[in-house]
Amino acid sequence: MRNLIDILDLDVREIDALIKRANDIIERPDAYREICRYKKLATLFFEPSTRTRLSFEAAMLELGGQVLGFSEAASYSSAKGESVSDTVRVVSCYADVIAMRHPKEGAPLVASMAASVPIINAGDGGHNHPTQTLTDLLTISREKGRLDHLTVGLCGDLKFGRTVHSLISALSRYEGVRFVLISPEELRLPDYIKQDILEEKGLKYLETESLEQVMPELDILYMTRVQRERFFNEEDYLRLRDSYILTPDKLTTAKSDLSVMHPLPRVNEISTAVDADPRACYFRQALNGKYIRMALILALLGL
Amino acid sequence: MHIDEIQNGIVLDHITAGKAMEIYHFLELDGRDCPVAILQNVGSRKMGRKDIIKIDAPIDTDLNVLAVLCPGITVNVIRDGVRVEKKALTLPPEVKDVIKCKNPRCITTTEQELPHIFRLTGAKTPVYRCIYCETKA
Ligand SMILES: [Zn+2]
Repeated sequence: MRNLIDILDLDVREIDALIKRANDIIERPDAYREICRYKKLATLFFEPSTRTRLSFEAAMLELGGQVLGFSEAASYSSAKGESVSDTVRVVSCYADVIAMRHPKEGAPLVASMAASVPIINAGDGGHNHPTQTLTDLLTISREKGRLDHLTVGLCGDLKFGRTVHSLISALSRYEGVRFVLISPEELRLPDYIKQDILEEKGLKYLETESLEQVMPELDILYMTRVQRERFFNEEDYLRLRDSYILTPDKLTTAKSDLSVMHPLPRVNEISTAVDADPRACYFRQALNGKYIRMALILALLGL
Repeated sequence: MHIDEIQNGIVLDHITAGKAMEIYHFLELDGRDCPVAILQNVGSRKMGRKDIIKIDAPIDTDLNVLAVLCPGITVNVIRDGVRVEKKALTLPPEVKDVIKCKNPRCITTTEQELPHIFRLTGAKTPVYRCIYCETKA
């Protein structure tokens, strides 16, 4: 593994190895505390995403390494028009691995072609965000003990939600995964994903507008945000928003071992009253994000 | 309209009406001194209207990319005034600077001198996708 640009850069065995490593880090944190001593991670965030950046920085610090970088393009020379390629060529001189977030789609791929150190895509516009998907896979694996034979409900904005799209492509490689796609008509999963991934691989899926109706079947419920700007008018937004808010009430028919996930930040799509329910695992998911990034950094550094 | 038939060269037929000049420039025919005839909006039973380009000289450019620029185009090789071959075009697995990415959020819109590269994907229906943002051509 040289870079991580797209989740599909990793085959199932490589993903399994990262999950295994992350679990080992969780079990034996002491063994990893010094492993990245004298190594540096550069976080190049051409657009702000505090949560993701902190997760990367915490990961490197917990491995005993150091971090440097910037968190908005205005503070770096790209504001003066420097290319992504030039930036990472220079930063390659200062760091051993680079995590990069950029508003333009494909920027991390361009970076990986120019850099002499490994590049991690920390989000490129609405395109890819592979470490989020790795986080989701580690979470499912830890909560469920497996990544196959699961009924996975994806709820909310399935049209624009990139985390949903890459989670579907990642999970489609495991046997017996069934998807339940829960969204308003306006925010359904795009046809090309249904055709290229689900139908191409002969995977079972169900589309519905009703969360209540399918709740009892689900092993995983992956919630996403329904954003106001996706709607033409306020009435539609308000009407639909409320039907996709998860409340303790809606969870009464769910399985006792359901796992409720969310990539965070949450706005109001999960009621805070759900947080205390042991089935809510979105904060554990955020913690897993740090561990899988630790495993990834080690893999890319060959440690 | 009457245009002399060519002797040794190629005839590009079934060009989508209006695309002839794009292909003319792509093949850099303006830089050559051979006779070139461009026919635009010719009546076609199959297509309604089509363009045709006749080039009275052999061409050594890889013509397969024409199938990317203009699906449906046909290439006829003429020798001594007679059509000797109707070239079958195969879609190349990758094309560089043939088509441009139309996604305004793509890194190709801002990165200096970055080549526009598209790769052929899709099992059932072949589609070219930008290698950076994966947008369809
Ligand atoms: Zn593109």
